[in-house]
Amino acid sequence: MTENFRPDNAAQVQDAIAWAVSAETPLELVSRGSKRDVGRPVQAAHTLDLSALCGVGLYEPEELICQAGPGTPVVEIEAILVESRQMMAFEPMDLGPLLGGEAGQGSIGGVFAANLAGPRRIKAGAARDHLLGFTAVTGRGETVKSGGRVVKNVTGYDLSKIVCGSWGTLAALTDLTFKVLPAPEVETTLVINGLDDAAAVRLMSAALGSPHEVSSAAHLPIGIGAGDVSGPATCIRLEGFGPSVAARAEALEGELAGFGGTMGAVDGYLSRDLWRAVRDVEPLTAPLDRPVWRLSVPPMAGPSVVLAIRSAVEGVEYYYDWAGGLIWLAVPAEPDAHASTVRGAVAGAASGHATLIRADEAVRAAVPVFQPQDPGLAALNARLKNSFDPLGVLNPGRMTAGV
Amino acid sequence: MKMPEPDGAVLARRGEIVAALRAIVPGEGVIADDREMRPYESDGLTAYRQLPMVVVLPETTAQVAAILKYCQANGIKVVPRGSGTSLSGGALPLADGVLLGLGKFNRILDIDYANRTVTAQPGVTNLGITHAVQDRGFYYAPDPSSQIACSIGGNVAENSGGVHCLKYGLTTNNVLGVEMVTIDGEILRLGGKHLDSEGYDLLGVLTGSEGLLAVVTEVTVRILRKPATARALLVGFGNSEEAGACVAAIVGAGIIPGGMEMMDGLAINAAEDFVHAGYPRDAGALLIVELDGPEVEVGFLIDRVREIAEAHGATSLRISQNEDERNAFWAGRKAAFPAVGRISPDYYCMDGTIPRRQLPEILSRMTRMSEQYGLRVANVFHAGDGNLHPLILFDANEPGELEKAEAFGSDILRACVELGGVLTGEHGVGVEKRDLMGTMFSEIDLAQQQRLKCAWDPNGLLNPGKVFPTLHRCAELGRMHIQRGQLPFPDLPRF
Ligand SMILES: Cc1cc2nc3c(=O)[nH]c(=O)nc-3n(C[C@H](O)[C@H](O)[C@H](O)COP(=O)(O)OP(=O)(O)OC[C@H]3O[C@@H](n4cnc5c(N)ncnc54)[C@H](O)[C@@H]3O)c2cc1C
Repeated sequence: MTENFRPDNAAQVQDAIAWAVSAETPLELVSRGSKRDVGRPVQAAHTLDLSALCGVGLYEPEELICQAGPGTPVVEIEAILVESRQMMAFEPMDLGPLLGGEAGQGSIGGVFAANLAGPRRIKAGAARDHLLGFTAVTGRGETVKSGGRVVKNVTGYDLSKIVCGSWGTLAALTDLTFKVLPAPEVETTLVINGLDDAAAVRLMSAALGSPHEVSSAAHLPIGIGAGDVSGPATCIRLEGFGPSVAARAEALEGELAGFGGTMGAVDGYLSRDLWRAVRDVEPLTAPLDRPVWRLSVPPMAGPSVVLAIRSAVEGVEYYYDWAGGLIWLAVPAEPDAHASTVRGAVAGAASGHATLIRADEAVRAAVPVFQPQDPGLAALNARLKNSFDPLGVLNPGRMTAGV
Repeated sequence: MKMPEPDGAVLARRGEIVAALRAIVPGEGVIADDREMRPYESDGLTAYRQLPMVVVLPETTAQVAAILKYCQANGIKVVPRGSGTSLSGGALPLADGVLLGLGKFNRILDIDYANRTVTAQPGVTNLGITHAVQDRGFYYAPDPSSQIACSIGGNVAENSGGVHCLKYGLTTNNVLGVEMVTIDGEILRLGGKHLDSEGYDLLGVLTGSEGLLAVVTEVTVRILRKPATARALLVGFGNSEEAGACVAAIVGAGIIPGGMEMMDGLAINAAEDFVHAGYPRDAGALLIVELDGPEVEVGFLIDRVREIAEAHGATSLRISQNEDERNAFWAGRKAAFPAVGRISPDYYCMDGTIPRRQLPEILSRMTRMSEQYGLRVANVFHAGDGNLHPLILFDANEPGELEKAEAFGSDILRACVELGGVLTGEHGVGVEKRDLMGTMFSEIDLAQQQRLKCAWDPNGLLNPGKVFPTLHRCAELGRMHIQRGQLPFPDLPRF
């Protein structure tokens, strides 16, 4: 019989996992389920639904910290932070629409478990850089805590890093404390039209190498649009205090003039819409049956990786974020989602990885969703999983087959 | 402080072990003479000293791998060491252990301005990285006060911070990749010039692992363009409460200064006596607020901060007009430790963190403890992030004073935890705070952390006796007590 446990509190989460351990029966962990279709399909008889562990328990704007249950909707937290003109600086992305669901459904537990960050990642860090502490129930059925409620702490191993991006395979988070930061007063985006990929990446490198504190840099090639902007468009975001943003925009315009293209700018809500679209992969969302890859590579390597894929596969659509270091790529549906081509191209860069973020369940069962690792590293990952979840009761196989 | 009992069987084989290491690292690279090993007997926490069994200074990753493989096969403990500036005894040798020094790994391997990264060997100093890129206007942001001496490998092991880490992050936020060698002698790479991990964030947990998980043999960090300008305000207050309220108001106004430091009366006067920085001697607390960034922004924020400070009862306020003046403002703070060293034969530097609003409470508790122990304490404080550095003044030549200072320090750290803070903000646990870990973590918490170590180092040979108060065997930690036959809990909601 399939059961759907929905604990009301952390003690019940521990009960449920302790039972799963005693019955040696796996659980699929979900919070609000908005990212359920990412990763390998989990073979679990039962579901452990953490969405009832919700609500912001503590928010101290002057200490720059916020604490919430894993099931708390991201939109709820954002609404509270806005009142004190603060934000989660890593810009949690909303995968809902990309995966065929609705926007605004994601939970804070899911954001950290997936370690996804938006365009501001290059300046502010990823989700993993903002989780200060947590309480969780491991696959041993034990409640552990790590970290704390202060922004500076090196006491013991930094387990916050390891639970971020573990996709619920190590422990069920029951409580999270994370860092929040002042939201910028204004933002403006320089938009340079007309550059090819290689020139765009050089321009973005120059912008980030300038002292003008660029917070995001994306390039939309021809045929790709986001918000009000259509490609070829190289977008450079500046954020902060009004006079500072104005001065930096002016200086940067001058410094980037030599790269060619035509320079324009979008401000205020137009800029915000643009970056929300870039963040949530709006340009590649439709049609929904195309597999979508997320590639992380050294920024300057972006164009050559894309070129290698495009010369082997027809009908690829893509764009760059993180100054060229993040490539979102949609490929025509195929049983293997062109995995060997995509991963072969990434292997041609000095370092990097490719994750199959969107694909049919059958494809995700057949193709490694997360980048396969060298044997030594894969073995260390497996031992790490084993140290938290020796019987494999939490989301078994979601990241790696058999782990 | 009790260290693990030295293994007599290993000590008995010392000659053979030294010979085996000489076969791996020829020439001067193996030091077995007591007098020559003396410089390695302690790190920055000089109260603890121990000669190692032998010192080995490899020059290549292959040598590191061969050393670790040999030690693993022969059950020999290994203590990695960078520059030996740890303030928590992280690099304290073990009598029956090999001290593995990374000092010869001192080359910068790659500077990539287009991708904004530097790849260096672990023995390169923190400041060495900035020096390598500053002619092009770049720098490496984390800046521990020990930056002339401490190594980037040690920074990774300790997850070191600095005065600018509120705005720019600790080491962990600035490291992109490493090459490391496990105790099996396996050479593995984590990360690179790209962002984020494809699997578990091993780099994130290696950073700050105090030499207990693997030996770092190469580090890739991100570099930043130097801010166009920096200016500082030097603001005096009647007492720490007012200064603390001012800090809260600055952050509350949406301003994250590049640096924000606080000093108390004793520290102000000690610094002023030493470097004559022009600090207000009558102030009960002093704030240094540094704003960095584009010129327009800095000018704009200086005005805002000045208004906030004045509204919070500032008794004196100066704004740096040029680089010399800015450096002068910092000179006293940067010399605070040696300055305190001049007014006392010895001092003991602590490193707890508290939620900032607890500042008045921790200071008043410290005053009470100071009376109780009969020892003075001076406070310098990373005000933005609540990281305290109380300096306890004592005289090691007075019998019992060191022990008294240590007990005082432990009481301060316990109070930090009680007030919602932590034992260490940036110096690490090492041996110093090992036995206090139980004040922050339960047995279960600590057992899980040790299980994580078992995944890397199943025989517990890398830097044992540090961080964890009790050592458990991995087999024992891995055991599970399963009660079978329990039914799914009837009161657990389902749908
Ligand atoms: C005057 C002074 C001021 C200081 N100021 C600051 C400060 O502002 N902020 C701050 O954070 N710290 C500060 N420190 C502490 C210290 O400098 C840092 O912890 C530094 O990172 C240690 O680097 P190290 O190379 O000296 O490491 P060591 O002291 O040699 O070793 C420290 C730890 O790292 C391990 N280790 C070293 N190298 C490696 C490696 N390659 N692989 C694996 N493990 C390794 C060792 O086993 C040990 O556990 C200060 C120290 C002093 C003496």
